[in-house]
Amino acid sequence: MKTLQLSGITASHSGTPVLHGIDLTVPSGTTTAVLGPSGCGKTTLLRVVAGFLRPDAGQVRLGDEVVAGPDAWVAPERRGFGYVAQEGNLFPHLDVAANVAYGLPRRERRARARVAELLELVGLSGEFAARRPDQLSGGQQQRVALARALARRPRIVLLDEPFSALDPELRVATRDAVAAALAHEQATVVLVTHDQAEALSFADQVAIMHDGRFSQVGAPAEVYRAPSDRRSAVSLGEACFLAGQLGDGAVTCALGTLPVASAHGTGPCEVLIRPEQLRLDDAGTDGTVGAPGAGGALAEVTRCAFYGHDALVELRLDDASGASTLLSARTFGGRTPSVGSRVRVRVEGEPHLIRVDGGLVDA
Amino acid sequence: MTTAPAGPTGPTTPVAGPPAPKSPTRGRRGLGASSGSGASSVPGGSSARAPLPLRSAALVVALLCALPLVIVVVKAFESGAGDAFALVWRPRVGELLGNTVALVALTGVASTVLGVAAAWLVERTSLPGRSFWRIAFVAPLAVPAFVNSFAWSALVPGLEGLNGAVIVTTLSYFPFVFLPVAALLRSGDRGLEEAARALGLGPWRTFLRVGLAQMRPALLGGVLLVALHLLAEYGALEMLRFPTFTTAILDQFEVAFDSRSGSVLAVVLIALAVTVLTVELLARGRTRHARVGSGTARRAAPASLGRWMPLALGFAGGLTLLAVGVPAWSLGRWLLRSDEALEPANLGPTLWSTLALALAAALVTTVATVPAAWLIARHRTWFAVAVERVTYLAASLPGVVVALALITLTIGFARPLYQTTTVLVLAYVVLFIPRAMVATRAAIAAVPPELGDAARALGDNPVRAFLRVQLPLMLRGTMAGFALVFIAVSTELTATLLLAPTGTQTLATAFWDASASLDYAAAAPYAAALVLLSAPLTYLLLHGKNEEPQT
Repeated sequence: MKTLQLSGITASHSGTPVLHGIDLTVPSGTTTAVLGPSGCGKTTLLRVVAGFLRPDAGQVRLGDEVVAGPDAWVAPERRGFGYVAQEGNLFPHLDVAANVAYGLPRRERRARARVAELLELVGLSGEFAARRPDQLSGGQQQRVALARALARRPRIVLLDEPFSALDPELRVATRDAVAAALAHEQATVVLVTHDQAEALSFADQVAIMHDGRFSQVGAPAEVYRAPSDRRSAVSLGEACFLAGQLGDGAVTCALGTLPVASAHGTGPCEVLIRPEQLRLDDAGTDGTVGAPGAGGALAEVTRCAFYGHDALVELRLDDASGASTLLSARTFGGRTPSVGSRVRVRVEGEPHLIRVDGGLVDA
Repeated sequence: MTTAPAGPTGPTTPVAGPPAPKSPTRGRRGLGASSGSGASSVPGGSSARAPLPLRSAALVVALLCALPLVIVVVKAFESGAGDAFALVWRPRVGELLGNTVALVALTGVASTVLGVAAAWLVERTSLPGRSFWRIAFVAPLAVPAFVNSFAWSALVPGLEGLNGAVIVTTLSYFPFVFLPVAALLRSGDRGLEEAARALGLGPWRTFLRVGLAQMRPALLGGVLLVALHLLAEYGALEMLRFPTFTTAILDQFEVAFDSRSGSVLAVVLIALAVTVLTVELLARGRTRHARVGSGTARRAAPASLGRWMPLALGFAGGLTLLAVGVPAWSLGRWLLRSDEALEPANLGPTLWSTLALALAAALVTTVATVPAAWLIARHRTWFAVAVERVTYLAASLPGVVVALALITLTIGFARPLYQTTTVLVLAYVVLFIPRAMVATRAAIAAVPPELGDAARALGDNPVRAFLRVQLPLMLRGTMAGFALVFIAVSTELTATLLLAPTGTQTLATAFWDASASLDYAAAAPYAAALVLLSAPLTYLLLHGKNEEPQT
């Protein structure tokens, strides 16, 4: 297995530039998720890697072999990359067995055992072999599509939003089956998705894409905890931003003065607060209930969206200046405050500072 | 699939993040394109451009289709425009022009009246047995016009001239108006008509001001087909002794073998065809006829005929009797008398050669549509559109023009090909390519291009991917076009008479020879065979998705 390396990829679609200088390294046997909103160019990137689109500039390399570059071009069928698209794209005129065996050399296509083995790999029993694609559910189609791609033992597996067309329950089950199959094959995978949960849970590395550029690339926990800018923060999950003032190892914002051991320097900055970092305590109607010594800011509950396992509570912070600061907090679903009640807000863990005017903070 | 870059959504300003999950904010980077302006010209294919062999193949087909037009015009003006003008400016040409225009106008109006009335009765009223009438009103298309005129001549010996021509051609061609208008009325929105009624228009004025306006595109398309068929019609009019340009060109050819004077007449005929096409285009205009606004189209209850019911039934029955009953009865009568007149050995080989020709021509035509149809469906550029248009234009030329051009071409430049099956098949391709083009295009468009990508990612080169995925999937869709060409070829008369190799008879030409010598009994079996061959057309037209090409 070899490392997939993209350097300086620019590409356009019917004359419109879509990708502007993409660099990415996918180490052998690992999974990288490209996360971004629809239209950001992530599918175009995948099509460049697969060989369906020629980049305007830049290079795609697998190990030492250049498969796309200014002087090199390897046709998609010669790259040995597996490709699974959003709709699965099973061939409707062939049954499941013929679909799975499609990419195999002619004499291996008849081998029932190999097809059954591949179907088993993606969690389907052998009886599916004789079915037609239109007799399968969406999740089953995706699994067959993966089996079809894996049949050729691809050097790289490219997944283009393979789960987004599925129902939520089916999505998780299919994703787990696919992840297991890919892990079994020790495949090198590039997954393109707009679902942050999928990207964070599926991949070893997450690349966040906006308008044809990567705004951040890193391990899931790292990019979630310490996004490089506001947009990256938002694309990975809900986020609140508070204006803050950094100084003496602590940041002062509407939630009080919070310690930040990792940041140095002084000056204005933005404080990223994830909703699950906030803890709410009942403060009574006059704001006196609760331990005053525990600190925390007072706020009023303006809205509450109940999701069952948890709830998203929207808050308006009391502010000395009279300006109202809005925040959201994620709380345990079994104990949600009622709208209009007053709560005391505490921050758990260290907040992340994403921008400081006039001097970068290194987080 | 993502095709466009992200929209320029500005960075969001609220302090709190968006409440709904899975809605990452989009934004635009302040910096301009710092990269991407470097090496931009890369050799080789990007997916936006069609491969060169494909474009070349489409170009060859388009040129072949345009060839007859060019040849006829060049030939006509060979010895100067003045000379050509002298050949045109003759009383005989004036008479032909008068005849042709009168026929097109009268049959056009008559077909419109019959076609619209029939369509309205079938689709919008409580006429009993509407599914039967729907078939009955398309059935005349299964009887070639020259067979219909034969049937009428055999029944009413004195029928000829303008009256006879208008009666017979109207009964043969009114389904061309009926079909699109009925389809429109079936899918159209009753709500608009109800709105007109609510605005104070009576039912009759509603029909004139709203109903007719709505069906205008369909009506124009139908009348256009009638007019083009009339310009090209030879057999029916020759039999009814009503000379038009097409019959005159053939007569000229048979008498004098002088293709130049024929070419001059053909140029006038081309001008007429182009005039008809232009008039239709202008009349269609740019008005919007589709529904405005959302909501599904309403289909209200059919209008009750009440005491007009007997009249409506009488109309439907009478029309069917004249258009289908007469040929059926006439053919049946002569068929019963013909068993000793015709030795069956003759029908067999003729049927066989007809089927072989039709099969070959349908196959070649269908294959020839693939490059252009592929371009239109997959890489829609001006080039693709131009190629497609050329094939349509060439095919709207009367068969006699195409035949004349190919004769001129082979005699002048490819003598060994003169009067060979190759040239005959080529003529069929040029004449009938649009029928297959529409089907092939739809069939290609129905296959998602991603399937081709999937095949290539699985190791197929483009040709193998086409053969293993695209071809099997589009085969069924192209069969409808194949069948339409097959039927058209097996009943074609004009071009076959001019181009068929000596000794090669098709059902149409054999029928023609027999009926020319007024041997009705000998002609009837061929006519019956022609009707049987065309019968599936009725089914295809009623159930196939043979929509008009979109612009």
